[in-house]
Amino acid sequence: MELFKKILIANRGEIAVRIIRACKELGIKTVAIYSDVDKDSLHVKLADESICIGPANPAQSYLNITAILSAADITDAEAIHPGYGFLAENAQFAEACINSGIAFIGPAPENIRLGGDKAKARQILKRRGIPVVPGSEGVVNSEETCIKVIKKIGLPVIFKASAGGGGRGMRIVNDEKDIEQSFFMAQREALAAFGNGELYIEKYFPKVRHIEVQILADKQGNIVHLGERDCTIQRRHQKLLEESPSPVLNEKLRKKIGEYAIKAAKALKYKNIGTFEFIVDEELNPYFIEINTRVQVEHPVTEEITDIDIIKEQIKIAKGYPLSFKQNQIKFRGHAIECRINAEDPEKFTPSPGIVDFLCLPGGPGVRVDTYLYSGSKVSPYYDSLVLKIITRGANRQEAIDRMRRALEETVIKGISTNINFFLKLLQNSDFIKGKFFTDFVQTMNNEGN
Amino acid sequence: MELEEIKDIISFLKDTDVTELNIEREGFKIRIKRGYIYGPIEVSKTLKAAEEPVKPHFMTELQKEEEMLHTITSPLVGTFYRASSPDAPPFVEVGAKVEKGQVLCIIEAMKIMNEIESDVSGVIKKILVENGQPVEYGEPLFLIEVA
Repeated sequence: MELFKKILIANRGEIAVRIIRACKELGIKTVAIYSDVDKDSLHVKLADESICIGPANPAQSYLNITAILSAADITDAEAIHPGYGFLAENAQFAEACINSGIAFIGPAPENIRLGGDKAKARQILKRRGIPVVPGSEGVVNSEETCIKVIKKIGLPVIFKASAGGGGRGMRIVNDEKDIEQSFFMAQREALAAFGNGELYIEKYFPKVRHIEVQILADKQGNIVHLGERDCTIQRRHQKLLEESPSPVLNEKLRKKIGEYAIKAAKALKYKNIGTFEFIVDEELNPYFIEINTRVQVEHPVTEEITDIDIIKEQIKIAKGYPLSFKQNQIKFRGHAIECRINAEDPEKFTPSPGIVDFLCLPGGPGVRVDTYLYSGSKVSPYYDSLVLKIITRGANRQEAIDRMRRALEETVIKGISTNINFFLKLLQNSDFIKGKFFTDFVQTMNNEGN
Repeated sequence: MELEEIKDIISFLKDTDVTELNIEREGFKIRIKRGYIYGPIEVSKTLKAAEEPVKPHFMTELQKEEEMLHTITSPLVGTFYRASSPDAPPFVEVGAKVEKGQVLCIIEAMKIMNEIESDVSGVIKKILVENGQPVEYGEPLFLIEVA
């Protein structure tokens, strides 16, 4: 069986560059799509062919299903890789690709749909014996049911939008008298943000770690996991730094959480690649929270410690290749960390678009950089502010941290503001170095005025 | 004032009813009159003390001509067709007089035929794309001499 001859990448920025690199190594031709403001963006320069599909507004370009399929049609692309964000978790897009005779490099539409229906996913997995955060069975439609659930699990609770994601559409309730108002507010927010007002309730744990498991699942039904990523360092539910392995998991828990992910993937007949997210409380109890049905921003940390190229595996699985290794053949070596460098104001965290006048990237042992920046490139105000990912690998966690600190100090980006100094501060924090932190860490670190 | 700025002003004026425009800045004056193709673009520089001679910008006749023409660009990605079916005659040929709103070509995207209309009245001066050729968003398709 031959691999695809040509793949269209329905994305931009660093992930489009990352996918083009995998394609080049596999001998696959690439088609970049771009909006008119991205004419000189790196993914356009690196691809074999490029097609302008619309104006800057993503709704008319990177989210424009007709334009993207049309571009695949006129370039004879056999498959589409959606990257992350934009249309990556849009089941209709996956279906439209398949109906046009184009392979979608991602999970089956029904997998994507379930990933987007968080209340249902947790219900199914709970029945299969996977621990989920205590809360409602599926969505909660009335205030009465809501109060009943809260009586059972106790305060504090968090209302979540069933169709939500990216940290939006959530509301924490600490006090009984706020239940009613919070319920209606959360419903309204969810409706406004996702066009769907359905809510579910979870027990709220103020002190948790955010740990996720990467899985690969071929069409033959083989499933492996590539270990966990610890994504606890966040600001307002936006991940900033990820690492693997997690500094808090012991071998027993690591094995258990990996088995949960595989069991969950089996139960859902999951195909291609995906991530099963868990929260882990102070007593190290894991609870499943949601599935991400796409390649993730932080996938490189797993690649660095397993020597498995997740994008290449994803492409091979989409073509129908069986996995070429078994769970016990996967070797984990050392420790990897990723920092997400955003073009943003270091104090206000507002986006900082502009022209990169000068760029000097870090190098040396154990350093990997995934970026779409080059000297003279443009950071557009229309899209995500993530511009650069630095990934370091070391024999152990301390070496990975030391390398990251060195790599950040070497990095020079002129013309735009970035959060590099935030990371330098974080990497010196003694609690961070000891691995003692929860999802509220960045918040408290800033409040202490460090 | 740079040539680019002057070009911008001219193309901006094309979609308006303005027929004459005067701009005066320190040491510089420009008057643009619309109405005919090789219309008078008067660039006069009120010279400063040094009395430097005005350096003309050289343009070929063709460039000058195309500069004055209206461009119809593709509003979407797809395949360009000059006729409604393989046997039908083309919608327009070079030299044809077209009205605003008249169909000039078809762009096929995902098996849907999208009729592309002229947004000006005038005469087709050039067809820039071959029949059956793939086109991208914003690609120039026709040059029209605006009536």
